[in-house]
Formats: sequence, structure tokens, C-alpha cells
Amino acid sequence: MQISRADSVRIGLLSVVLIGLSMGPYWADRGTMRLLIEAFYFLALAQLWNLLAGYSGLISVGQQAFVGLGGYLLFTLTMFAGLPVLLALPLAGILTGILAWPTALVAFRLSGPYFAIGTWVIAEVYRLSFAQISSLGGGSGISLPTDIVRSMADGRSARESLTYWIALAIMLAVILGIWALMRSRVGLGLGAIRDNEEAATSIGVRTTRLKFSVFVGVAAMTGMIGALIFLQKLRITPEAAFSVNDWSVLVIFIVVIGGIGSLEGPILGCILFFVLREFLADLGSWYMIILGVISVGIMLLEPRGLWGMLNRKRSLTLFPIARRSPKLKSLNQDTP
Amino acid sequence: MEWINAIVQGILLGGLYALFAAGLSLMFGVMRFVNLAHGDFIVAGAFGALLLVESLGLHPLLTLVIVLPVMAAFGYVGQRLVLNRVVGRDILPSILVTFGFSVILQNLMLEQFSADSQRLSAGALDTASFGIGSLSIGAVPLLMFGAAVAVLGGLNWFFGHTNTGRLLRATSDDGEIIGLMGADRRHLFAIATALASAVVAIAGVLMAVKTNFDPSAGPIRLLFAFEAVIIGGLGSLWGTLAGGIILGVAQGIGAQIDPGLQILAGHIVFLIILVVRPQGLFPKQKG
Repeated sequence: MQISRADSVRIGLLSVVLIGLSMGPYWADRGTMRLLIEAFYFLALAQLWNLLAGYSGLISVGQQAFVGLGGYLLFTLTMFAGLPVLLALPLAGILTGILAWPTALVAFRLSGPYFAIGTWVIAEVYRLSFAQISSLGGGSGISLPTDIVRSMADGRSARESLTYWIALAIMLAVILGIWALMRSRVGLGLGAIRDNEEAATSIGVRTTRLKFSVFVGVAAMTGMIGALIFLQKLRITPEAAFSVNDWSVLVIFIVVIGGIGSLEGPILGCILFFVLREFLADLGSWYMIILGVISVGIMLLEPRGLWGMLNRKRSLTLFPIARRSPKLKSLNQDTP
Repeated sequence: MEWINAIVQGILLGGLYALFAAGLSLMFGVMRFVNLAHGDFIVAGAFGALLLVESLGLHPLLTLVIVLPVMAAFGYVGQRLVLNRVVGRDILPSILVTFGFSVILQNLMLEQFSADSQRLSAGALDTASFGIGSLSIGAVPLLMFGAAVAVLGGLNWFFGHTNTGRLLRATSDDGEIIGLMGADRRHLFAIATALASAVVAIAGVLMAVKTNFDPSAGPIRLLFAFEAVIIGGLGSLWGTLAGGIILGVAQGIGAQIDPGLQILAGHIVFLIILVVRPQGLFPKQKG
């Protein structure tokens, strides 16, 4: 594979950002680190929601089900099964994926807009069920015992650095994973489903199986992120774990404002979201109203979001996934 | 006896759920469009009634004289100006725009009315009840159920016997052909939304008299409405009433077992029906 000029600029830019971010614990203070960890997991959640809604045509308003499941599974695995935190974290993701299997079987009976509300109902079922489990604190929730927290690393700053690197690693894995997926056969199939499901089926894309796998895979990653979120928060309640406002509304706003259906959009949306929050969070409910108005406005005027607006005149791309028609290039060239 | 009472109360509550559901079902039927802010519009109707009771001293049920036409007009204009732009083959814009509306509306109400739980008093009606044997049936729940039957019957008559109703049914069957026949689709869509909003107004005002509400009470109403529609089967208004009743009874029985299980029991019965009979009990139309 040849490396073009554009590719080397891209690789150079990404490496600088990556090296800067991975050195975070050495240059950032405690507050900045917390903010960055939050930005990492919101970006990862946004990319995963975008994979569902923007690339696969699965519009879910119930991803909080998997954030909450992941969080509660982490608490259960460390407190009752005595597993070390670093093992419980990926295991919480895998188990969430397994639980997403029956969830998907039910949700996939609904299509289109009713699928969206159906996923929301299922998330509510999980929330209300966990509120009934008294060994996990019922409706008032539970804190992670200090000995489990201490077992992660020696001292508070070592623990925070570790959490930071895990968050960064998960975010990178999600972005690069989706990028690789979209450049593969699977990505091509997903794009076909999103554009026209019937046509995709007729040319041999196994639509149901593909959508099912994406839904379960996304749920597993979302569960692992949920485990990380509540590892950082150290306390979990059904309201916080299965919050539609935190894990669906904000995530959807990030994707819509940044640009749905691109890998760059959610990154742009996430940066904008955290900048806006620094300035407007004191406004309370007006902050949510402003975010809502911006995202409704974007949906009406430029459904491809801010990234789409930037791309109107010249086509920029950080993560190239678009395909060119085979006629336009020579046959022996091996670029996707 | 407690169980029979729980079931009877559940049936009556089902009337309110059918009212929640009728607007949602109507919009989906005519334009394959789901308004995720549906529940928040119901709550907005309730707050509209509260505002009128507080400022004009009207009886809560009389506020409908103002709330209903205002919401219907708002529905018509909103559909023409905004929602018609996102109705179409691609469902993503419509879901995301109405989801945005839901958040905007909830926070506007929070800003205006605070997070306090509210309830409207219908005076002597609140405590009036009829005794049948040892059962006691409240006047308000009975009124709600009667209103639901009247509204659904009225809608059924409208779709079957008026010219606009027939046009709306034709739009539901094939929205593109109806345009070729010379009907104004944009206007018909707006009529459908105006009708749905009128039903939402009735549902909102009745809810304000029946239960407590606060600015964040909308989403759960959307979920109840949705469950009643799916249980009943798409496209059937009487099916929606049956769906509402099944949901109400499930919640009543759940609450009788343990008050914490009321909502969960309703969701679980919904999921079971979705698995066993995904087309609902009385389907008329394909999704």
C-alpha cells in the first residue's frame, strides 16, 4: 500500500495528538484529568452510538441499558465474586454483550421509530429491576468498598493515572475498531443496509445477522465503558446508571451536532460539547435548552452536522472510509 | 376483593393510557412518524391547564375549552413549519428532531414551573365515587374512561364518515399516490397532527386531575402510549383501548403485589406480548 502525502499529514497529526494525550498524567492536573477521562468515555459512547444510528440504521434511545449493566456488573464481579478490578472491567463488557443477546431478540421485533422507543423500554426494565436488588443497595445504590478501590493501584494519583490510561485506551480501541470495521466488507454491508435495507438484502447482504452482531458488539463495548465510568465515580445508583439524559440525550446531541455518519463528527461534537459546558453549565436547564435547539437546528438545516458543514466546500477527512467506484481507478491498485 | 378492585382500577386507568396512545398511533398511521416528544406534549397540556386554573380560576376540566384549540393549532402550525421537513423515507431526522423537542420542552417547563410535583383539584369530583357491591369506583377514573371511549369512537367515526377522514386513511395506505390524486399531503399531515394534538390536550388535562405530574413526567407517558399501541396492534383504535386496558390491569396487579412493581409489571407484560405476538392483538396495518 502506498502512503500518500495526505496520509502522512494525517498520521503525523494523529501521532502528535496521541503522544500528547498519553502523557496526560504527567502534564495535566487532577481536574483536567477528570475532564479528559469524561471526554474520552463520552467520545467512545458517541462513536458507538454513531456506529448504530449513523452506519447501521439502528436508532437506539436505550444505550443507557448497557452503560448501567456494565457498571453494575463491575460492582458485582469485584464485590461478590472477588475478582480483581482489571479483570472485572473487560469481563463486565463481555457479560453485557451476552445479556444484550436476549435484549436484541426482543428489540429486533420492532422496526424503525418503534425500535427506538422499544430500546428505551428495555433500559427502563433494567433500571427498575436493579432498583429491586437489595444486595446492590436497591433504589439508593451502593459504593465501591475502599479495599477494592485501593487494590487497583498504590495511592490516589497512581489510581487516577491508571483510570486515565484505561479510558484513553478504550476510546482509541473504539475509534480505530470502527475505522477498521468501516473499511472492511462488513462496513460496506452496513452502509448498504443504512441506505436501503431491501436493496441490500437483495444483493446478498445478510442484513439481520449483521445488524444483530453490530448491536451486540456495541453493547459489549458500551458495557465496558459503563464499568469504567462507575469505577471512576466509585458509587452507583439505578438512576445514575440507567440515566437516559446522561447516556442517551447527551451522547446523541454530541453526534448530531458534530455530524452523524462520520468518524470525525463525534470528535468535533465532543470537543464542542465540553467547551460549551465549561462556559454554559451554570445556566442549568437553559444549557440543555441551548444544546437541544442547536441539535434540532442542525438536523433541519444540515443533517450531516458541523463536520458536514466544514466539508461542503472542500472534502476534508481524518479517517478516510469513503469508497471510490472501481471504474475510476486502475484495477491493480489495492486501496479500499 | 382487593384483587378485583385492582383490576377494575386498572381497566379504568387503561382508558387514560388509550388516550395517551391515540395521538401517537394516529400520527404513525398517517405518516409513519413517531413523535418522541409525545409524552412531553401531554405534560405541557397539563401545565397549560394549571396555568389557566391559577390565572383565570377556571375549573380544571373547563380549561379544555382553551387548551384543546391552542394545542391543535400549535400542532397544525408545527407540522407545516417544522415536522413536514423531516417526514420521509429516512426516519432518522424525524426521531432526532422530536427527541430534541422532548429535551427542550422538558427543560422549558422545568425553568417555568420548577421541578415540584403538581396536581389539579377538580373539587367535589375528586372524592365522588359510586359503590357497586363492595367495589368503589371513583368519578374521575370513570370520567376518564368515558372520555377515552368517546374520543376513540369520535375518531373512528371521523375516519369512516368524513371526507377528510377518508383522505387521511388513503394517505395512510399510500402517501405518495394520494399526492398524485391532487390531495395536499402537507395539509393532510398537518390535519393529522392537529387531531393528535387535540387528543393530547384532552389526555393532558385529564392526567392533571388524575395524577401528580412534573416537568420530567413526559418520557414515561410516551412509553405507556407506545406500549398500548404495540399491545393493541398498529392501526386499530379499539385495539389501542384494549392495549391501554391490558397495560393498566398489569400495572394494577403489579402494584397489588408490591407498590415498587407497578411500572415494571406493565413493561414486562408488554415485552411478553411483544415476544409472543409481535403484531399486537388486533393489528390492522403493517409497520
